[in-house]
Amino acid sequence: MIDGLSDIIAGVMIITGSIFAFLAAVGLWRLPDIYTRMHAASKAGTLGSGLLLLALAAHVGDTSTFTRALAGVVFFLLTAPISAHLLAKASYAVGYRLTDISVIDELKD
Amino acid sequence: MNLYVVNLLLAIAWMTLTDSFGLGNMIFGFVLSAVALSLIREQVGSVGYFSKLGRILSLLMLFLYELVMSAVRVAILVVKPNMNLKPGIFAYKLQVDRDHEITLLANLITLTPGTLSVDVSEDRSTLYIHALDCSDIDQIRKDIAEGFERKILEAFR
Repeated sequence: MIDGLSDIIAGVMIITGSIFAFLAAVGLWRLPDIYTRMHAASKAGTLGSGLLLLALAAHVGDTSTFTRALAGVVFFLLTAPISAHLLAKASYAVGYRLTDISVIDELKD
Repeated sequence: MNLYVVNLLLAIAWMTLTDSFGLGNMIFGFVLSAVALSLIREQVGSVGYFSKLGRILSLLMLFLYELVMSAVRVAILVVKPNMNLKPGIFAYKLQVDRDHEITLLANLITLTPGTLSVDVSEDRSTLYIHALDCSDIDQIRKDIAEGFERKILEAFR
């Protein structure tokens, strides 16, 4: 009974995580410039990979796997915003322009 | 002595006494010693410690909730036929001024719906934020100031 339940939970998390990872990829493809693309990569991507790691932890169910999966999630949460921020900052510094439909740019001055 | 250190020492004592050094037992020992400390909070002056712990936990919960919401929002956005983007970069005047608080706020902003921190000004007074929908900048500013920034100030001041 418990086994079945953890399998169902793990399965649901794997499917949800994959959907988010897929939609992050769709976002990278559809959004117009690097700044808007970082939104998709840093958010949907983080949640997707986080859910996949947690699904692994729920499925295997022993403490050492669980701790490492949890550490993986924590590192994702710590590093994804930093890399998104650095990529955006570096792109701005070397002069990548915002997409033409942008409405405001207060960093210019 | 710092109550966090006391809490940790008690947890280590618990692990030694029960002769089990797994993570589960450590967490249990930590919770157990936190309960013990909360029983004598009037005597050792740990009232502030516990309300601070509560505020940090509530910041963590807010963070996880916002992350899920923002991923859902981005996911919904990218499957819409007409994305109707109004992207742009706007300036945000910071109330927090310590380095670790600015770092935390910038990270939280990046993980919330539609916003991404791009840069901090040299004098650390302004954060430049890229948003997917810049049609109502004042509302975004208000959300950050009353959500994350207030929580950070509560947790660390």
